[in-house]
Amino acid sequence: MIRVKFSALAFAAVALVAASALAALAQDEAEQPKPPRQDWTFSGMFGIYDKAQLQRGFQVYKEVCSTCHALSIPFRTLADPDGPGFTEDQVKTLAATYQVTNAEPNEKGEIFKRPATPADLIPRPEAYPNDQAAAATLGKAPPDMALLAKALKYERGFPWFVFDALPGLEYQEMGADYIHAILTGYTKPDDLQWNLYYPGHKIAMPQPITNGAVDYKDGTPPTLDNYAKDIAAFLSWAAEPNLTERKRIGLRVMIFLFVFATLLYLTKKRIWEWVH
Amino acid sequence: MSGPSTYVPKSAIGRWFESRLPLMGLVHSSFIAYPVPRNLNYMWTFGAILSFMLVAQIVTGVVLAMHYIPSATEAFSSVNDGIMRDVNYGWMIRYMHSNGASLFFLAGYIHMFRGLYYGSFKPPREVLWIIGVIIYFLMMATAFMGYVLPWGSMSFAGATVITNLTSAIPLVGNSIAHWLWGGFAVGGPTLNRFFSLHYLLPFIIAAFVGLHIWALHVAGQNNPDGVEVKDVERDTVAFTPYATIKDVFGLSVFLILYAWLVFYIPNYLLDADNSNIANPLATPAHVVPEWYLLPFYAMLRAIPNKLMGVIVLFSAIVVLAVIPWLDRSPVKSAKYRPAYRFFFWVFVLICIGLGYLGSQEPTEGLALIARIFTFGYFAFFLIIMPVLSFTEKTRPIPTSIADAVLTKTKTAAVTAG
Repeated sequence: MIRVKFSALAFAAVALVAASALAALAQDEAEQPKPPRQDWTFSGMFGIYDKAQLQRGFQVYKEVCSTCHALSIPFRTLADPDGPGFTEDQVKTLAATYQVTNAEPNEKGEIFKRPATPADLIPRPEAYPNDQAAAATLGKAPPDMALLAKALKYERGFPWFVFDALPGLEYQEMGADYIHAILTGYTKPDDLQWNLYYPGHKIAMPQPITNGAVDYKDGTPPTLDNYAKDIAAFLSWAAEPNLTERKRIGLRVMIFLFVFATLLYLTKKRIWEWVH
Repeated sequence: MSGPSTYVPKSAIGRWFESRLPLMGLVHSSFIAYPVPRNLNYMWTFGAILSFMLVAQIVTGVVLAMHYIPSATEAFSSVNDGIMRDVNYGWMIRYMHSNGASLFFLAGYIHMFRGLYYGSFKPPREVLWIIGVIIYFLMMATAFMGYVLPWGSMSFAGATVITNLTSAIPLVGNSIAHWLWGGFAVGGPTLNRFFSLHYLLPFIIAAFVGLHIWALHVAGQNNPDGVEVKDVERDTVAFTPYATIKDVFGLSVFLILYAWLVFYIPNYLLDADNSNIANPLATPAHVVPEWYLLPFYAMLRAIPNKLMGVIVLFSAIVVLAVIPWLDRSPVKSAKYRPAYRFFFWVFVLICIGLGYLGSQEPTEGLALIARIFTFGYFAFFLIIMPVLSFTEKTRPIPTSIADAVLTKTKTAAVTAG
């Protein structure tokens, strides 16, 4: 008796939650669409960054985004072979074009500026030495882009968040999809701060980049979609530079563990034969 | 099960050492010759898995602590710029530690649900169970403080929510909160002391794990049939090699899951908001704890009154400690308790449901469901368990472990042949 009643009650409760969730979801989607998923070279078990794409992405950052956004990563990481893979000389030359404040004063006790070296962090935009200065001029402080790709997320909902963890279906590129969506989401030409994908649609950043803004030297078409893809990939690398090495080590670890587990299983079977 | 060791070392130097500190004899009697019921299934490997995860967390944690700076201005950078970028393989140690905590709780929950299902808390294992509840509580405290250390947005928000609970205590609540914070709100002093305690607690957990294993070895393992060992010859096998190989195999499968998390989806369980530095002026839109604390978060939010919410939260853990006196059924294992088995699985669904509710924003409808589920959680312990103890019609239990194993193999042979 109790068993039947409880099952019915449990079923009713689950159905109620599911129905209300679906209704809310349908309405939400129309008003606040989710960022569409893009193809990334670094997704999946074997995906790694595309060096050329990262170099183009850095070019986009340098020519467009660095006006307002900081990117607090050391210059030397730009020479990372698993990342943009610039040469050491290129990085040294690039760093020297920036001025940074020296940590220690000189012998006269004066704080002085000097050309940056690869060990230094890429300096903040000169106009905005801190968040308060940026907010005063721009309305809202543009976030530092070093971890931006990891700091962005959107609701996946049930059951998608379960599938996102499974081998073959894993989804770690939410940040990259979000960045691409924002950059391509300025769909109202008369309102430069209206963004289709930003929650609430009103974004403090006016459209930063349009077709043809950056001159690509490797022949890639200078379209907004490409800029968005390249900067999103570059920022993913900036947030997660270990990805290539991580997956490389991961493959060896997984193979080892599968072989090891199999051997242990066979050993266990053999040992336990003696019991029965 | 326990008693003086019969181990005699083969070498003279071994005997010299053994007569001064009988360490080898202790290891021999506890983990080599120690008799283990022969009908244990893989649910019994999680104790070893948990021990491994504790050691893994301590080792990775000690290494992280060499590079971590427990200051409000430098903590975030020491983790995300220092450990993740500059330290050689720092990213791997960090991911092992953060994902290790989640897997520690996953193994812990499976271990606890195993205890509930098979009646491992019943006499003579009540103290063993209570020590386990203490370990669970210490784990939650450790994990909570550990989550604050990276000093991200969610770290700060979580610290604020949980430490604010103390202010619900009447009369002395505010004073306790300020004492805990080291100030008038969560800040640098709070972070620094959380780091100190986070480093300390795992060693206290290790001490309780020692007591846990000792209490276990006095009573002996429970087993899936819930029948105590009657004849050591027929009912048990030696720990080494039988249980040892099963534990190591179970661990290797668990490590596959661990490696999948660390190397392929390391940020899956990381809340994106924690990649933003803590800002007291900017609270994240949705404040949620890590998944293993979600059911309790749901219960806390379900109760409209702040003090009652805190009382319900702590009662939810304290009630676990009194289970040995709530469930008095002489039959231990749910294998032979069909009604209890049904309610057990409903309880599992309630826990998962509470976890899901904890992750969602509390709307009117969801708050009502959370209250129903919270009631269900307590009802399982306070109503179902005592009532079933007296009214349940149980199936006949086997006369001994050996008989249980033989009937199983006989049925298998009959269906095969």
